[in-house]
Amino acid sequence: MDLNFSPEDLAFRDEVRAFIADNYPHHLKAKADHGEELSKADFLSWHKVLAAKGWAGIAWPVEYGGTGWTSVQRYIFAEESARADAMRLLPFGLNMVGPVIYTFGTPEQKAKFLPRILSGEDWWCQGYSEPGAGSDLASLRTKAERFTADDGKEYYRVNGQKTWTTLAQHADWIFCLVRTDPTSKPQEGISFLLIDMKTPGITVRPIITLGGEHEVNEVWFEDVVVPVENRVFHENKGWTCAKFLLAHERTGIAGVAASKRGIEKVKEIARTETDSFGGEAQPLIANPFFKRKVAELEIDLTALEFTELRTLAGESQGKGPGPESSLLKIKGTEIQQRITELALEAVGHYGAPYFRGFGEGDNEHPIGPDYVHRAAPHYFYMRKTSIYGGSNEIQRNIIAKMVLGL
Amino acid sequence: MDFNFTEEQTLLRESVQRYLADTYDFDSRQKTVNGDAGWNPAVWKAFAEELGILGAPFGEADGGLGGGAIENMIVMEEIGRALVIEPYLSTVVIGGGFLKAAGGAIAEAVIPEIIAGNAIIAFAYAEPQGRYNLADLRTAIRADGDGFVLNGHKAVVRDAPFATHFLVTARSSGGQRDRDGVSVVLLPATTPGITRRDYPTVDGGRASEVYFENVRFGTDAFIGNNGSALALIEQVVDEATAAVCAEAAGVVRKLHEGTLDYSRQRKQFGRPIGEFQVLQHRMVDMFMEVEQTVSMTLMATLRLGEADRARHVSAAKNKIARSLRFVGQNAVQIHGGIGISNELAIGHYFKRATMIEGQFGDADYHLRRYESLMG
Repeated sequence: MDLNFSPEDLAFRDEVRAFIADNYPHHLKAKADHGEELSKADFLSWHKVLAAKGWAGIAWPVEYGGTGWTSVQRYIFAEESARADAMRLLPFGLNMVGPVIYTFGTPEQKAKFLPRILSGEDWWCQGYSEPGAGSDLASLRTKAERFTADDGKEYYRVNGQKTWTTLAQHADWIFCLVRTDPTSKPQEGISFLLIDMKTPGITVRPIITLGGEHEVNEVWFEDVVVPVENRVFHENKGWTCAKFLLAHERTGIAGVAASKRGIEKVKEIARTETDSFGGEAQPLIANPFFKRKVAELEIDLTALEFTELRTLAGESQGKGPGPESSLLKIKGTEIQQRITELALEAVGHYGAPYFRGFGEGDNEHPIGPDYVHRAAPHYFYMRKTSIYGGSNEIQRNIIAKMVLGL
Repeated sequence: MDFNFTEEQTLLRESVQRYLADTYDFDSRQKTVNGDAGWNPAVWKAFAEELGILGAPFGEADGGLGGGAIENMIVMEEIGRALVIEPYLSTVVIGGGFLKAAGGAIAEAVIPEIIAGNAIIAFAYAEPQGRYNLADLRTAIRADGDGFVLNGHKAVVRDAPFATHFLVTARSSGGQRDRDGVSVVLLPATTPGITRRDYPTVDGGRASEVYFENVRFGTDAFIGNNGSALALIEQVVDEATAAVCAEAAGVVRKLHEGTLDYSRQRKQFGRPIGEFQVLQHRMVDMFMEVEQTVSMTLMATLRLGEADRARHVSAAKNKIARSLRFVGQNAVQIHGGIGISNELAIGHYFKRATMIEGQFGDADYHLRRYESLMG
């Protein structure tokens, strides 16, 4: 066992650090500092730089255009990205449907979709949750009926509604769990479909969340016709893909590198803010009550980090991400949420002003220092993390059943 | 010992409750929140004329109902339940608190205007550097001829955009954080030299950064004595803190009720999610926080007149700040995705709960204050 990076790893770290420093789009950093919402082009700008470098498919095998990096290299890349405040690439194509397609897809599906996911040409969104199927995902009701059309080819006709679909307003494609056999047990009648968002019959409606963001949507399907060759894996075996994908989603969800940076930012705020309790002005970070919470958070993050490293070590020895990744999801999201709590506490009175963001032609400077604008909205926004990707209650059920055997 | 409300107090609660249930539904509230004015003067007029509650804590001699802190508690709890944004706290609790304590000509002039619904008061006490220390003041008063001049910047002044008067804390003498030398003045909002930058708050209210540039006023503007008003400010802020504790009691009660209702309706895995023991226990924990919020609010309110008022108020606010967070976060969690949608009331209760946590000092501040006072 060795905690130190090898000379090769250190050289790799330097390369990554230099590349990000030289190539990260300046306007993205400026927008993030001001708490501005990112446009579709913003999201894609860093993706395209990384894709050109061959670094978009971080966890992908080399044969599909991935980096083929070791888990240590992936760890280093995540650390360096967070250190430079570089955005994380959206997971829907790269970390979700991409791995499903290269694991379960046909050669034609791989050839058609994978290069476009890597390049950022296709924007993907995830059609899983439904109004009646949240934690109980397998109860989903969006149905896909198979039929033969006049052209002699086979299609599915899709009807139903998905919800909480992140950034569907920008999406070119949606991967969906749909019910293809209404008569069998819930998990056994589901198929995994890839649907072109331009297909007639699809309607996207925004859902505005607590901070005023438009990030999630309802996606409605009314007689949407999908070629059968857009189904991944066998008909009625989509749950296999779903379980595989959820396990993948959970490992990324720990967000250790981003949380490390998040704690650094809280410390920066707390070094800037003053606290004059008792009459003597000190930086907030010198307040023993606040400092203790930051210290506990750092310690909990270290515990999570080393738990994740142990999981990664297991993965590199051929064990896929298993139910243990539920632990990473629970602890990772709890830490992410606590960071937002501390940031909101740190800004004091200036947590209250609501900054609508910069609209078209609106360049009035927001109230207070830059770091205050998103403190409250971000706190509200991050409540989603203990709900999405399988709520933390569901994750505990998974651990109880699959790990503890209860 | 008697924890019973009087008949008048029960009637007060019922009439406020009925009025808000009839007219202040969530959709109407959202219309006001998203409107240009940011408050509803018609509601205020009804508070004054139909309900008469703007006189709740004032003496009958002033035209009030002859109540006090308990009446404020009752009204504030109902305000919390209905997520009322109109400025009862700043005008009646805080404005009324200062004027009642100060007495004199200014009280005689302004209290009837509050009761009639004509005067709206905003409390300009926070400063960008001051955090929760009420004496940390850069805003300064200096004598000039036979009058005074005020200069400074007040942060996040709630209800300022539609206020007719500002209550401003400022330093008349001494160093920036000295306990001596602090004053409070009441100024008409139209006084020359006052400018504002208005904005919405995350919990549906309105506030402003308020700037004072060579604002001139006379001796009659002082509430209490020039240079020795900190004790009065602390007293009124403690009364206001007890009042937001009462508001919190209404807010967490609604968060809990809404969550219980939802858990009975929402089905997953073939049954209402309220049947899952893990969620039952969570909702029991929320219930216990709600009950303790009510208890601590009552404790603090009943002890506002005692010598160790500050310690009791800090005990209540610390406990309630933690309850607000626990109940708010779990209400959202049990609702799942729709808990963070802007379309349902539950998320707006959560936002208000989160802002009350920090109002007049967060859990840490009040724990530290309690610690320093517990001996």
